[in-house]
Amino acid sequence: MSTQIRPAPVRKSIFVNAPQHHAFEVFTAGIGRWWPKTHKIGPADLDRPIIEPREGGRWYELDVDGSECEIGKVAVWDPPARVVLIWQLTPEFTYDPSLITEVEVQFTAEGEGTRVDLEHRDLEQMGEKADAMRETVSGPGGWPALLQLFADEAKI
Amino acid sequence: MANAERVFSALHDPTRRAVFERLRDGPRPVSEIARGLPVSRPAVSQHLKVLKEAGLVDDRSEGTRRIYRIDPKGLGAMRAWLDQFWTAALDAFAAEVERSAKNEKKEKE
Repeated sequence: MSTQIRPAPVRKSIFVNAPQHHAFEVFTAGIGRWWPKTHKIGPADLDRPIIEPREGGRWYELDVDGSECEIGKVAVWDPPARVVLIWQLTPEFTYDPSLITEVEVQFTAEGEGTRVDLEHRDLEQMGEKADAMRETVSGPGGWPALLQLFADEAKI
Repeated sequence: MANAERVFSALHDPTRRAVFERLRDGPRPVSEIARGLPVSRPAVSQHLKVLKEAGLVDDRSEGTRRIYRIDPKGLGAMRAWLDQFWTAALDAFAAEVERSAKNEKKEKE
């Protein structure tokens, strides 16, 4: 028996009182209007992050001095329902092109509003890349609650 | 954030990961953790020290023995940080969506 240790994806859902296309638009084109200014990569102050509206587009930050710093890429561009972004920042907010984690955001019309579901996954790639957490371990059951929490996939 | 980075670099070493995994069934003294591992006991103590500094394990004294256990807060440091980041970001996003949706409505009226 073996179990793979993988950190579970971060999942968030939020309901907004606005139509689906508007929620999608604000999340992508309007990201500079809500992204926390404290979370930036470059030494200069953050002007705004930019998501290029197409598959394969860049996701980068534009700083007030005109410099640009990569955040990641656009993997799936499917307005107004869904966007998948590639997040390539380490926990220390530095860009690492070999780090590939996905942020999938889905926009679902619900009545007059929109439910937004966000999932940030493949977190085992953070830090020392893929093999840091993907170690296969064997042993009897009875994982402590901690490992249960992060053992997203248990394969017997 | 720095803590999250430490967690991942601490677990990158395969021996250290083996030491950590020995604790998954419950607290153990150093002697028991070292049993069967292909490294010396001082080396195991050294690995435990690194794991402790990363917040992955903690220890207590029981007579002359030192008992180690998994610190439930440790492994999740990075994940917890991201969780918190997205909570704050999505709250700000929702506020902006609703603010601008109201403005758009007003302009139309």
